[in-house]
Amino acid sequence: MPDRISAGDAAHVAVLARLALTADELERYTGQLAGVLEHFADIDALDLDGVEPMTQPYPLTNVLREDVVGDCLDRDEVLAQAPAAEAGRFRVPVILGDEG
Amino acid sequence: MSAVDIAAAVRSGQRSAIDVVEEHLARIAERDGELHAFNLVLADDARAAAAVVDDQVAAGEDPGPLAGVPIALKDNLCTRGIPTTCSSRILEGWRPPYTATVVDRVVAAGAVVVGKTNLDEFAMGSSTENSAFGPTRNPHDPTRVPGGSSGGSAAAVAAGFSPLALGSDTGGSIRQPAALCGVVGMKPTYGAVSRYGLVAFASSLDQIGPLAETVTDAATLYDVIAGYDPLDSTSIPGPLRAVLPSLGEGVDGLRIGIVTEMRPGIDPDVLARVDAAADALTAAGAKVDEVSVPAVVYGLTAYYLIAPAEASSNLARYDGVRYGLRVDAPDTARMNAATRAAGFGDEVKRRIMLGTYALSAGYYDAYYGKALKVRRLIAADFERAYTQFDLLLAPTTPSVAFLLGAKVDDPFAMYMNDVCTIPSPLAGHPAISVPFGTGAEGLPVGVQLLAPPLEEARMFRGARVLEEAVR
Amino acid sequence: MSDTIVEGWELVVGLEVHTELATETKIFCSCPNRFGDEPNTNVCPVCLGLPGSLPVLNRQVVELAIRLGEAVHCDVRPSIFHRKNYFYPDMPKDYQVSQYDQPINVGGHLELPSGYRVGITRAHLEEDTGKSTHLGGDAGGRIHGSEYSLVDYNRAGVPLLEIVSEPDIRTVEQARDYVGELRAILVATGVSDAKMEEGSMRVDANVSVRRTGDTAFGTRCEIKNLNSVRSLGRAIEYEARRQIDLLEAGERVRQETRHWDEGDGRTHTLRTKEDADDYRYFPEPDLVPLAPTDQWLASARASLPALPAQRRAILAEASDRGVADPGVVSAVDRGLDQLAMEAIVAGGDPARVLVHIEHNLSGDGATVRPVRLAALTRMEVEGKLTATQAKAVLADVLAAGGDADPVAIAAAKGFEAMDTGALETAVDAAIAADPVAWDKFLGGDDKVAGAFVGPVMKATKGKADGKAVNALLRARRDATR
Repeated sequence: MPDRISAGDAAHVAVLARLALTADELERYTGQLAGVLEHFADIDALDLDGVEPMTQPYPLTNVLREDVVGDCLDRDEVLAQAPAAEAGRFRVPVILGDEG
Repeated sequence: MSAVDIAAAVRSGQRSAIDVVEEHLARIAERDGELHAFNLVLADDARAAAAVVDDQVAAGEDPGPLAGVPIALKDNLCTRGIPTTCSSRILEGWRPPYTATVVDRVVAAGAVVVGKTNLDEFAMGSSTENSAFGPTRNPHDPTRVPGGSSGGSAAAVAAGFSPLALGSDTGGSIRQPAALCGVVGMKPTYGAVSRYGLVAFASSLDQIGPLAETVTDAATLYDVIAGYDPLDSTSIPGPLRAVLPSLGEGVDGLRIGIVTEMRPGIDPDVLARVDAAADALTAAGAKVDEVSVPAVVYGLTAYYLIAPAEASSNLARYDGVRYGLRVDAPDTARMNAATRAAGFGDEVKRRIMLGTYALSAGYYDAYYGKALKVRRLIAADFERAYTQFDLLLAPTTPSVAFLLGAKVDDPFAMYMNDVCTIPSPLAGHPAISVPFGTGAEGLPVGVQLLAPPLEEARMFRGARVLEEAVR
Repeated sequence: MSDTIVEGWELVVGLEVHTELATETKIFCSCPNRFGDEPNTNVCPVCLGLPGSLPVLNRQVVELAIRLGEAVHCDVRPSIFHRKNYFYPDMPKDYQVSQYDQPINVGGHLELPSGYRVGITRAHLEEDTGKSTHLGGDAGGRIHGSEYSLVDYNRAGVPLLEIVSEPDIRTVEQARDYVGELRAILVATGVSDAKMEEGSMRVDANVSVRRTGDTAFGTRCEIKNLNSVRSLGRAIEYEARRQIDLLEAGERVRQETRHWDEGDGRTHTLRTKEDADDYRYFPEPDLVPLAPTDQWLASARASLPALPAQRRAILAEASDRGVADPGVVSAVDRGLDQLAMEAIVAGGDPARVLVHIEHNLSGDGATVRPVRLAALTRMEVEGKLTATQAKAVLADVLAAGGDADPVAIAAAKGFEAMDTGALETAVDAAIAADPVAWDKFLGGDDKVAGAFVGPVMKATKGKADGKAVNALLRARRDATR
């Protein structure tokens, strides 16, 4: 199991997860997460060589649908739920950083 | 009256659906102020729906197997035009423009939705204390938790607010509150019930399931909601076997294994009830023995790496852009961060942090990657057990309902509540909790039956036997 | 243009092409896959990523991915989807469903018209994002300096195939040809309409340089915002020189993403974020693995039309030319190879057929009947028509609807081959008429020959063959030496 999660790790994680944490919260969560992660060291004892990861509990393959147009939502109903809208679009504050 | 009895009475014209719904709305009005099972009571909508059912009966049409039966829906099930909050500030007031498949199915079967029930925020919790709108109280003792995350649904059934409820179960969120509230709660095989319209917590674990006073009622509701949905790629194709027809067939000759690893750390009063359940099954003709499913001891660890990881991704969409809460800021990234900070509670933030960490560069293999392998070991150990046994028996929870506030300060202590319920969703297997007497302080105790994939019918038979034994 | 940007340096380019698939509906929902509709009218719970929504994969998306894989000789494999997690307002779920380490198509190649082969590392499926427009401030629509943005999710969920080439490209021309060839394949197979200017095909270039002879790769930069094949070429050239300048000055190239600015003709660093993106890829739990059957692969393979490289090979063989011959390349590129083949089969002279197709027919040359083209070229090789005369006849054939008899038209125009004696008389007369020019020509100035060709043409009423005139002029000059 990797080393204990540090405050720096936790701060980085908070940025990745877009969570603005106060210094207090960061300290508290770091401690709590470290505690939780310590309990997880139990799986280090297992021999997992050659064990296939299980991402899906019920094995299905090739679930497909036909390429046929269906109903869309009513734009007004959708935009009525938007925090901010303009000209039929969702409005957001300036986007800093590069385009995706 | 049980759901089955209500439906029969309404279908035959003996009782009006309006009469039924008024009776239940009255109970809600009288006691939900104290219990807070509901985030939202839909009194007018329920009356209108009941009127529709009565019209159908009057016109000689059959409203369906749930005719006029009041049903409560966990508030993480999308209901078009009706607030669906997941008990979170970040979705407070959000009205989905569409309805979950299971809700369509119960309504098509004649059920009358009376309200949206309280839950731990985004289904993360085991006590409903993580709700942003205040906890739900256990109807048997309002100083205690009803369990979680489907605490509101379990309390609604236990308090007689509705004979039926739908909840969701990811690590035990139907079964554990059912046990603490003394009602029946069941999690289907993964893929047996459509997740379309269930606000996702952990996609590879989540399932919707029934809560009810009786096994027969739960079975009836299960048959209505189960079955293939083309809108859910993980939905099992082809017709599923109904569970109601064989419900009374008993357990004669069935081999039932008591899971060895699900005894340590369990309160003696709970264990006593499990042993009593074993006796009851033996008396009914089953062969009961002990069985070891070794990898289940790693279930907690695997679960608390997989579920938060998936959740951290599923909850990314709550960013203040398209719906829900927005906290303004000079730029979008800061708006996202401020919105999420204000909109999510502690437990949700903690799990998002944990999940993000478990997936992050350099840590994926050690945490999430490993957990997926442990999951396979657990499934394999269950498979091996099922070569010798037809059903497994275990406690549902380590203890009876605990006091409100008792475990909120120690996340891991709270997680320990799920130790018996977690392995089934990891493996994708069905499991049911059946009330089986009382434990400490006279509080309800539930016992759990576990079954192989798609053996719900067999599992319900066992549950029916247990129910009879404590009647 | 020379192959090297700067002497002593080698260019290394890999191209990543994102192409929108030509399906009726989006990749995971039944919303229309349509460009240009009113904003946010082609959306549903799935492509908006509403809470509780779930994806279901479009069968036709898989069909098209398989077709493209087969067309570029990939190994079409069982695959799964992954989530690529990052926050951006045009991403409804703040993760993109894509393919990571188990993509559908692996390891193919594409042959350029020159015959040069570019490897293809992989081609995988993913969903497109919504589109944001940036307003306010003085930014003129660009993100920097804008005050706010508006997002339209009509494009969210449109199916994309990302095709990644090996870093095998060594010249700007190869880069352009790669894009052109890939586009032709996408269009021919019906996989995409692949229009760079409309955004249904987007190209990013990974550019690095190394000293000639080095085998290790230099540090590469990814160049984005290339809206045309021309921009692609200009951007690669600029970026290569930029990197060479840095390295020659003893500095290092920093690995980064750069944005091509068509206006100032440079690449610029995209504003870097405080933290590098960690996409936290994990297998998409809401989708199940894809394992196309052998039958599906075989049927997709069988449904492929003849692809450009194949068509060039066939025409090259029939016309006894190389696959990179400009006439062959042009014919296939413009969809006129079928006409060429049929004309050749009908007895036409392959060389003359290709010349007419390359120079005298536009896209609607398809209206000329192959037998007529064949007949025309036969007249040329039999010496009955000069090249110039044949061009005029062909124009008349086309004007008459494409099925007119060239023999009749030639006769009507009074074309017949000139006899040599008449030609010599006309040439000598032209020489005599312009002694100044003749002197220059004798002195070795070949360009001045035009001074004679003109008058000869006039005197013979256009019947003279320009080549024959030039040959005679040179013969006269040689005779004086």
